[in-house]
Amino acid sequence: MHEYSIVMALIEQCEALAKQHQAIAVERVDIKVGILSGVEPSLLAQAFNTFKLDGICAKASLDMHIQPLVLQCNHCNTRSEQMHRVVLCPDCNSADTRVVDGEDMMLMQLEMDT
Amino acid sequence: MCQDCGCSITHDHHDHSLKTNPQLNDKKTLSVIHKILSKNDLEAQHNRNHFNQHQVTAFNIMSSPGSGKTTLLEHLCQYSNLRYAVIEGDLETSRDADRLIAKGILAYQIQTGSACHLDAFMVHGALHHIKLDELDICFVENVGNLVCPASYDVGTHKNIVLLSVPEGDDKIEKYPVMFRKADVVVITKTDLLPYFDFNLEHAKAELYKLNPHVDLIELSVKDAATFNPLVNWLATAHDNNLTANIQEA
Repeated sequence: MHEYSIVMALIEQCEALAKQHQAIAVERVDIKVGILSGVEPSLLAQAFNTFKLDGICAKASLDMHIQPLVLQCNHCNTRSEQMHRVVLCPDCNSADTRVVDGEDMMLMQLEMDT
Repeated sequence: MCQDCGCSITHDHHDHSLKTNPQLNDKKTLSVIHKILSKNDLEAQHNRNHFNQHQVTAFNIMSSPGSGKTTLLEHLCQYSNLRYAVIEGDLETSRDADRLIAKGILAYQIQTGSACHLDAFMVHGALHHIKLDELDICFVENVGNLVCPASYDVGTHKNIVLLSVPEGDDKIEKYPVMFRKADVVVITKTDLLPYFDFNLEHAKAELYKLNPHVDLIELSVKDAATFNPLVNWLATAHDNNLTANIQEA
């Protein structure tokens, strides 16, 4: 259940940003969760709704964008997007690919009441 | 990193819904693009710099409980010339560190309480108890768990993931993030292969789909010769790291 630790880090970040922009409340938190980030979205949402209650995010909604894998093939130069956890190029099957997106967890946007 | 969507492309040649990335779109909406674990990642880099200053290469060992992490580290000193210490992570007890200390290996135990993984801050704390000047390499033996430790950079240079034969060859598909993060996968307890339906070829094929360039090593602590590939892999990783350090300096 490392989702709890991740949510703590997320809320800490939101609180710092809210303070920096003199917000009185955070209304919406947009995050991006890669399918290979190692996080279970439903557990993350549950953890967020539990931990937010103490602070400036108390009334915030959590918008999660589930990011598919984005692969750039160095062999056939194709860029592809897929929900399978496979990093081979779906077009030419090459293993010479680069994962461009889908492995990270990012805070993207905050909607604040100022 | 791309400032529009946070993907790893730095230059502008793909479509975004957000073209201009204004810091403040309006009074209320703030676009940030921030790694959620950025604080941990920063601390991890701090740990890595600390290892580098002492010319120590650090390895994060991750696997299920009981797959043979501590046993491997207990035996490795008989075969490797590299001087090493171990930072141990467990929820409770100092049993693993005690086992290593009994073998004359420098070890420090972190008790995580209820945390299912080590993070960079815990490893930083442990580093205050390890004399890096007397070492070539340092292992961080993570909490036995194939899920949570994969999400945390603890400040090591390479990830070693163990998979023991009794666990079964399907663990690679079941825990893709962990096996994707590996720089080397060590199949342990290979002396048990005759007694289990563990298909090495299947394991290799699944690993190829997730992590095509990863090294795969088979090892049994009952067979001294099987330590050679791992000993060589560690020595090469250490040499490469020292060379990279010199080039950076």
